[in-house]
Amino acid sequence: MKCKRCAAKATVQLRSHNTAFCKECFVFFFQRNVERSIERERMFTREEPVLVAVSGGKDSLALWDTLVTLGYRTEGLYLGLGIGAYSAASQRKAEAYAAARDLPLRIMRLEEEGDGLAIPEAAFFTRRQPCAACGTFKRHHFDRAALDGGFAVLATGHNLDDEAARLLGNVLHWQLPYLAKQHPVLTPTHPKFVRKVRPLYRTSEYESATYAFLRGIDYVVEECPNSHGATQLVYKDLLNRLEETMPGSKLAFVSDFLRHAHPLFAGAPDSPAGECARCGMPAFAELCGYCRLVAEIERRRSQAVAHS
Amino acid sequence: MHVRLEPQGRQLTIAGRRRVGDLVRSLGLVTGTVMVIRGDDLLTDDDMVEDDEAIELRAVISGGAR
Ligand code: SF4
Ligand SMILES: [Zn+2]
Ligand SMILES: [Zn+2]
Repeated sequence: MKCKRCAAKATVQLRSHNTAFCKECFVFFFQRNVERSIERERMFTREEPVLVAVSGGKDSLALWDTLVTLGYRTEGLYLGLGIGAYSAASQRKAEAYAAARDLPLRIMRLEEEGDGLAIPEAAFFTRRQPCAACGTFKRHHFDRAALDGGFAVLATGHNLDDEAARLLGNVLHWQLPYLAKQHPVLTPTHPKFVRKVRPLYRTSEYESATYAFLRGIDYVVEECPNSHGATQLVYKDLLNRLEETMPGSKLAFVSDFLRHAHPLFAGAPDSPAGECARCGMPAFAELCGYCRLVAEIERRRSQAVAHS
Repeated sequence: MHVRLEPQGRQLTIAGRRRVGDLVRSLGLVTGTVMVIRGDDLLTDDDMVEDDEAIELRAVISGGAR
């Protein structure tokens, strides 16, 4: 197999694009695709400061690496979730990546932030899936850090497979409000929110892993222990089987949705009317979703102590 | 050949010389969900792996409600 760009021996085969590349040409192809996504969707300019949520995994490190190479103004943010060995390993990878390239990285750890609650306790006391609390915690701390740091934009490493799996889930259950919000650029609905963007939304998981590998990025290969049995993985598996027989399906699913269907679902976004009485972030009720969750955990924790 | 599956950390020994695409499918894996790594190189479906070589099949799929 030969590189479509320079005819050297190919090391990366992309069935979805019906093409193959050598190492150098693949790196170029990947970076150019990300740059095109940023420009096509007007995600941010080279002047705007971008906060990149870095988990230590392949996607967020590939994203950060690409943005730095393309000359964007970035800073990394690592949020430690307190999930045992997995969190320890991912923090080490994120720190090592930043240190080796002399890039600015902020470290926040849930155990050390205001409420001192990490994911395992949150899941234990709410008796719900850890991922539910995890999503709320991440959103709150990312929003807060972007606001406090004066960033214009928050970028995350969600890739094409994430977007396609989310879209499948939203379509299977006809989640109209979620379909309205499924977009690679979310414009702020409150002055205290920043723009949220997903520059890898057209880039498959295979491509970001390949990019990270070929760029010598040492990322965390282990998975979060809570991801086992996650519904999202069932959707990803289905989509990958479809992709195997019909290459390009995932990209068509997501990009055709954005082009033809998203405008039909997107009404006026509902904006939080006020600010949270406890933390001051935008809120639909007296307390924001994060503070309501923290209050629930604290209530159940004190009940548990009272019964023991 | 020696095959290591990551992130599971499983090791397999397979006899003979194999085409990468056939090897991946014979292990029940879906193409495009694993990187096939030999040393510092990635292999494509039509590359051959010799009996005395070692490769890693590294899953690229991550999950959870992100
Ligand atoms: S799998 Fe769930 S708990 Fe683990 S990082 Fe992802 S969302 Fe959080
Ligand atoms: Zn080339
Ligand atoms: Zn609050």
